[in-house]
Amino acid sequence: MIRLNPKMTEKIVFFLLLVATLVIVIPVMLITVMILTNGAGTLSWEFLTQPPRLGMRAGGIFPAIVGTVYLVFGTLCFALPVGILAAVYLSEYARDNWLTRLIDIAIINLAGVPSVVYGLFGLGLFVSFLNFGTSIIAGSLTLTIMSLPVIITASREALNSIPQSFREASLALGATRWQTVRRVVLPNALPGIMTGTILALSRAAGETAPILFTVAAFYLPSLPTSIFDQCMALPYHLYVISTQVPNIKPGIQYGTALVLISMVLVMNVVAVLIRTHFRKRKLW
Amino acid sequence: MVDKAKIKIEIRNLSVFYGSLEVLKGVNLDVEEKEILAVIGPANSGKTSLLRTLNRLNERNEGFRMQGEILLDGRNIYKKYSSDDLRRVMGMIFALPVSLPLSIYDNIAYGPRLHGVKKKSELDPIVRQSLEAAFLWEEVKDRLNLPAMKLSGGQQQRLCIARTLAIEPEVILYDEPCSGLDPVSTTKVEEAMRQLKNQYTQILVTNNTKQAARVSDRTAFFLMGELIEIDRTEKIFTAPRDQRTDDYVTGRFG
Repeated sequence: MIRLNPKMTEKIVFFLLLVATLVIVIPVMLITVMILTNGAGTLSWEFLTQPPRLGMRAGGIFPAIVGTVYLVFGTLCFALPVGILAAVYLSEYARDNWLTRLIDIAIINLAGVPSVVYGLFGLGLFVSFLNFGTSIIAGSLTLTIMSLPVIITASREALNSIPQSFREASLALGATRWQTVRRVVLPNALPGIMTGTILALSRAAGETAPILFTVAAFYLPSLPTSIFDQCMALPYHLYVISTQVPNIKPGIQYGTALVLISMVLVMNVVAVLIRTHFRKRKLW
Repeated sequence: MVDKAKIKIEIRNLSVFYGSLEVLKGVNLDVEEKEILAVIGPANSGKTSLLRTLNRLNERNEGFRMQGEILLDGRNIYKKYSSDDLRRVMGMIFALPVSLPLSIYDNIAYGPRLHGVKKKSELDPIVRQSLEAAFLWEEVKDRLNLPAMKLSGGQQQRLCIARTLAIEPEVILYDEPCSGLDPVSTTKVEEAMRQLKNQYTQILVTNNTKQAARVSDRTAFFLMGELIEIDRTEKIFTAPRDQRTDDYVTGRFG
């Protein structure tokens, strides 16, 4: 057996750690470079503001951008309140009993369900059973259910990071539990909750499978006028023009991908900014 | 004197458990109105558990159970009060000062606002009087909008006292209020307690026997969850009846 001296071991370990880290970074850079070089040329004012033309081989992707914005916003409207309320219940009110443990297990399992299964579930529940049809509301609700486990988990972490002593100080002044949650716990946990929610939404913005059966339209040049309308969406549009439309210029595909990852990136950056801003202000 | 004083809190056969661990064992104790009662004893003697049982913060602990009863002005605090109503009457100061992440002003106004005082014209005098009573007004009057957490430890502890005074409780519970403070701050906190004697019934849990001797009227000595002895403070420190009390106050153990 070879005996290595500690200095040699240190070098080997450092090298392995560095390689492992680079393995994470390299694909991100490659994806970005590839999409930028192939897609940046397609980007134009027309591309961003016009509907597709000539069987999606020309024109822009405006309806898909709008559709994705609607879906993200719709998901936010449902997921944020439900996520916060559920997290507050679990962190501040629920006692440790079989019901709480069951809910915990359910949340963990929900986070592990493949996204295509959410799509089928949304089709069954929202589109068919509740009769919303293929619509923005059905798609938003499907994405909501998919995002909730992440939002609840992130919110609970944010709530649990508020020191118990704050709660007891508030209670000791005669506050009820709800007054304590509303005046002390939630305001201080909100940055963490917002960060988690935005990250979950950026994930939802790029999902294809959940919207496949519930909302996404193959081609719809006009914009939706109600929440019960179908709409186009960036990830599904990208799938369509990559697989269903022959003889399309690759620039359009990469341009669409560029717009999609830019949206996701902007959301992530906002989440990081919120976090750093409040971390600086944090006093304890 | 002792017999004539009005009884504010009656503790009858109080036993407290966390799971199967019995931390208070059959305690019988009366607290007189407007006295300062010091509660002393080594670690694990149940002092903090007594306070947390008195203002029902113990209900937050998993596995908390109690037997016996506690009467405040003759009313059972676990049956005749809601926990938040009770805590308005039984203010509590914690061992480590806990300023809420708010301004100095908002920390003091927190309690009154909870209970419906909203107008600045009503809050201003409450804030001022509370800070004055806690000997903090002169030090902070020009910077009431500063985050309370910027204050020193001693100032924060007086801020906590002022915050408790702002809800006008009848009883104030102190859980080792000076354990993290320097001697000068300690003196100021003790001075505040003496001044508050006219209006409030005060229970002081302390690890510092000298502090108990300095500020309290009566002293209760706890050991392993049992009340060993309670008497006038000078008696406890000069001629206690129980040998264990004598050993503890003279520093032979603890």
